Parts: sequence; C-alpha cells; structure tokens
Amino acid sequence: MQNKEEYKNILVYIEQRDGIIQNVSLELISKAKDLAIKSNQKVFVYIPGYKIDEIHAKECFKYGADKCFISNDLLLKDYATETYTKVTTSLINKIKPESVLIGATTIGRDLAPRISARLYTGLTADCTSLDIDEETGNLLMTRPAFGGNILATIICPNHRPQMSTVRPGVMTKTIVNETKTIKIEYVNSSLTKDDLNIEIIETVKEKTQKKNIEDANILVSGGRGIGKKENVETLKNFADEIGGMLSGSRAIVDCGWIEPNHQVGQTGKTVRPEVYFACGISGAIQHIAGMEESELIIAINKNPEAPIFDVADLGIVGDVNQIIPLLSQELKSHKLKKEA
Amino acid sequence: MNIIVCIKQVPDTTEVRIDSKTGTLIREGIPSIINPDDKAGIEAAIQLKEKYNANITVISMGPPQAEIALKEAYAMGVDRVILLTDRAFAGSDTWATSLTLSYAIKKLDYDLIICGRQAIDGDTAQVGPQIAEHLMLPQVSYVSKIEKEDDKLKLKKVFEDGYQIIKVKTPCLITALKEMNNPRYMTVNRIFNVSNTKIVENWSINDIAMDAQLTGLKASPTQVKKIQTKTAKSSGKVHQVEPKEGAKLILEKLQEKFVI
Repeated sequence: MQNKEEYKNILVYIEQRDGIIQNVSLELISKAKDLAIKSNQKVFVYIPGYKIDEIHAKECFKYGADKCFISNDLLLKDYATETYTKVTTSLINKIKPESVLIGATTIGRDLAPRISARLYTGLTADCTSLDIDEETGNLLMTRPAFGGNILATIICPNHRPQMSTVRPGVMTKTIVNETKTIKIEYVNSSLTKDDLNIEIIETVKEKTQKKNIEDANILVSGGRGIGKKENVETLKNFADEIGGMLSGSRAIVDCGWIEPNHQVGQTGKTVRPEVYFACGISGAIQHIAGMEESELIIAINKNPEAPIFDVADLGIVGDVNQIIPLLSQELKSHKLKKEA
Repeated sequence: MNIIVCIKQVPDTTEVRIDSKTGTLIREGIPSIINPDDKAGIEAAIQLKEKYNANITVISMGPPQAEIALKEAYAMGVDRVILLTDRAFAGSDTWATSLTLSYAIKKLDYDLIICGRQAIDGDTAQVGPQIAEHLMLPQVSYVSKIEKEDDKLKLKKVFEDGYQIIKVKTPCLITALKEMNNPRYMTVNRIFNVSNTKIVENWSINDIAMDAQLTGLKASPTQVKKIQTKTAKSSGKVHQVEPKEGAKLILEKLQEKFVI
C-alpha cells in the first residue's frame, strides 16, 4: 500500500482531442481549485499529446491551475489506451497527487480504470459531486447508481491517489482573476513504438451539429407520447420558433426517431437548460436524472399520473400533438405583437 | 478461437420505483436479467463462432442465484458456463472484482475476452479495462462491430463525436455496446438440456488459487460511505385544461420568466 503522507495536491488530467482542450477538463480545474482552497493544496494539470504548448497551459491557468505538466510525443498524437496510461501513470508516480480527476468521457472512462488497476488504487466512476471531508481529508465522491435511483458517496480511505471520473456538464467552469506566472514542466514521455499495441486504421468525425444539447438554453424534448416519427417535425418547428434545440428520451432514441447524441438521461446527456419542455415524456427516473436541474421545466403529458409532473414547474395534462402546434401559433402572434 | 465472455446478473433498473412515503427503493418483484451490454457480448461471441468456429466460455462472479443468468447464456448457445461464487469475494469493488475474474480467466485458454461496456446497476464501466490491465492485454472499449482478420480483430470503437476503426492483435479484451446486435432467444433444445443436467460449473476461491487477502471487501480500495435516495424537487401546478388554454398557460409562464 502507498504511504499516504507522500501524496499531496490535486491533479487534473486534461483531455484534448486534435489539440483542443475538452470543456470537462476546464470544469474540473475549477472544481479542483475550490477543493484545493478548502484543503490548502495546489492544482496540477497534465496534458499529454502532440504539439502541446504554453497556449494550452494558459487556458488551464485561466481556470485556476497552479502548475502545468506537458508531454509531447508523436505516439501521443491520437489517444490510445496503453500509451496514455503509461505516461499518465508515470507522471502520477513522479508527482504523487492526493487526488486525480479525469473527465468521464469515452476516453476518460477507458483510461482511468486502466491507471487505477496499474497503481492499485480506487476509482469512482462518473461522479456528479465532489467534496473533501474536513476531518479525514478524504475525497467524498458522489455518484448516481441503480439507474439514477440512488446517490452513493464513495471514499478511498487507504490508497492513494484517490481517483475519480467526473461527468461532463455538472461542474461549472469559472475564470479566476489572478495574475500568476505560467509554470510549465515538459515531461519526457519515454514511449517506444512497442507501447502502441493497437493500430488506428481510420478516424471518422460524424457531422458535428452546430451545438451540443448540453449547451442549449432551451430544449424541446420528445418522448414516446408524441406517437410517431412524423410528429418529431412538429417539435422541431416549435424548437426553431422559440430558438431552442430538439432532444428526446431514450424511448424515441431507441425507436430511431432522433439521434442518440440528443438523448437526455442517465444513459444520455445531463442537461440544465433555462427551459426544458418535456413533451410526451412520462419521466422515468433515468430521464429525470438527466434534466431535473433545468431552470424551468414545462411538461405536457396525457397521463395526469406521469412522474414527469413531480419535477415540472408547470404541467399541462393533454395531447402534446395538439398543444405544441397551438403554442407555436401563439408564439408567432406574440412575436408579431411585440414587433408592432 | 477461444472466447471468454464476462457477464453480470443485474436487477432490471428500468423497473425500479421509489416508495414515495419512505423514499427507499422498492426491490421486491424486480426481475433479474443479464446486463444488456453483456448479453450483446454473448451474441457477438456466438456470431463469431458461427463464422469462424470458436469455443465460448461465459463467466459470472456473483451469488449462487446468478446461476440463472448463466443457464440463459448456455441456452443461447455458448459451450461452457462458470459461476465464480465464494463468500470470500463478497463486497468486492471494481478493483477486486476485476482481479478475481482475471485469476479465473488465467485458468482458461483465451484469444478474446468480451465484457459488456457497463452494468446498468453500477454504471462504472471499469471492470473490463481493469481485467485487461491485470492480464496485461490490449483493450478496446465501446466496440460496436467486430470482424476477424487473420490473428487480428478489426473493431469499430465509438466516441461521442464519431468512431474509429482499430486493428488489434489477439489475445485482447474488448467491451461491447448493446447497440452492437440483437441477442437471440434461447433454443428449446438447449433450455431442455440446461434444466435437466448440471451445466453450470461452480468455482470457489480455491479453484482459482487466489489468496483471500486479494479479494472481497478488505482488498477493495473504495468504500461506500453513504447511500441516499434522491429527493424529488417540489412540483409546480398541473392543469387539466383544453389544449388552447394549455398553450396559453405555457405562453404566460414563458413571459413571466422572461423567456420570450
């Protein structure tokens, strides 16, 4: 077992794709900064990649990093499990952080378990809240489990570092107003060609839409209650009218009516828009877990007993396919009145 | 080709309800199922067997009642089913679970290990990659398509914003997405076999030659400190009105909140 006393400070693993730092990593720097102030520690960040430089480091400092470690290597140009595990593990062994935070993306959730197994330390997956226990100094890692029905707080009391992957979109990134010298340490990757044990034949980026649903201010979300695929168009028109985006429950994603990356819920995205329209969504607990933090929730459903009404700020019992077109009309005439 | 599929028996979480009075989970009457991503893994293995000829072993670590999940796997068409069950394993977190499974896997021949991406009760997605680490194997996670090319596999790995085609040498470990396929039903003949003969092999800690200090609660770095049921936020008003009136109420709300 590791000697706990040797481990200090918080390390945030910075995920970049094609040299672009992912939002979740910046969110984690902000969170780490909060925790670091509370526990009198520093925030370290590590960016493995290719052609990473002080521009990347500056971005991390903007959100509260105290020191930036960078490894550049052609073998790190694309993410691969073994190369990234090797460099990150060796950095952890070098700087011995008390906690390591990694974004719970497809990359983070591929990498983090591999590192934790190699280091014989604990890892808590897909956390939605982090805190520090003031008595013991342990990281309190809270995550939904059981399909979002319960929240479990996990600790890693005897092993170091304490590792956690954190769900994108739940922490808030905040720019800190400090003028600090940018401290960068370039770390030799020590990789050889043999470390790359997979061969990437092809990387395909799927046509990126303008925005991710996590970034939308208004979401118009459809569920099974909309009845058929054609009615998605009605929602889409309303979303355009009000300047929002279309999303949906797992049910209509499974039906193939909307794209999987528009799915809200435990197995989809966590969203917190200013307004969330739940249209014909009954409100399975998995769905509610992904949208209940929305500022204003408006639910339309035929069934007065639908659980979605328990979290809605305004609930209308009725047929969404009648109400939404009417609402579109009302909205149009409201806009005209406003302009007049 | 020898394929090992690791599966977990899970409660069907889509059926879980919360008792609104006590705020606790209602567990009674919740059916147990093979975790969906794992079941896709079984199906993928059977499809590889049909194409390239393979020998499939399915392993599950769990309590004695997980035997039912293994019987189902057998009835789908796999060759051998093993239940890793021992009191010593109880309380294992993902680190200890993956180490225990890797001890069992070491007792078997394998070219490919398939795990489901994640279980619907824990949602950690950690056991697969951790097994790969304990066995020092290459891993490819989030796989939605498998093809074989000589001693290599050609895989489609899914990301948030696209996918990659990856080639990897066997032996290796992959984690499967349920979107990969539609698992077949059990066949009548095999259901008959499984209900009339002792098909499921039970392995204890002695069968995998593991030190008891390395498994179970005491070998697990993580501990559960607290469990709470999520409290629903207080709800607003629900109106049962004509569609036109409903649309008007929504518009008023949007004005009140300065959305429009």
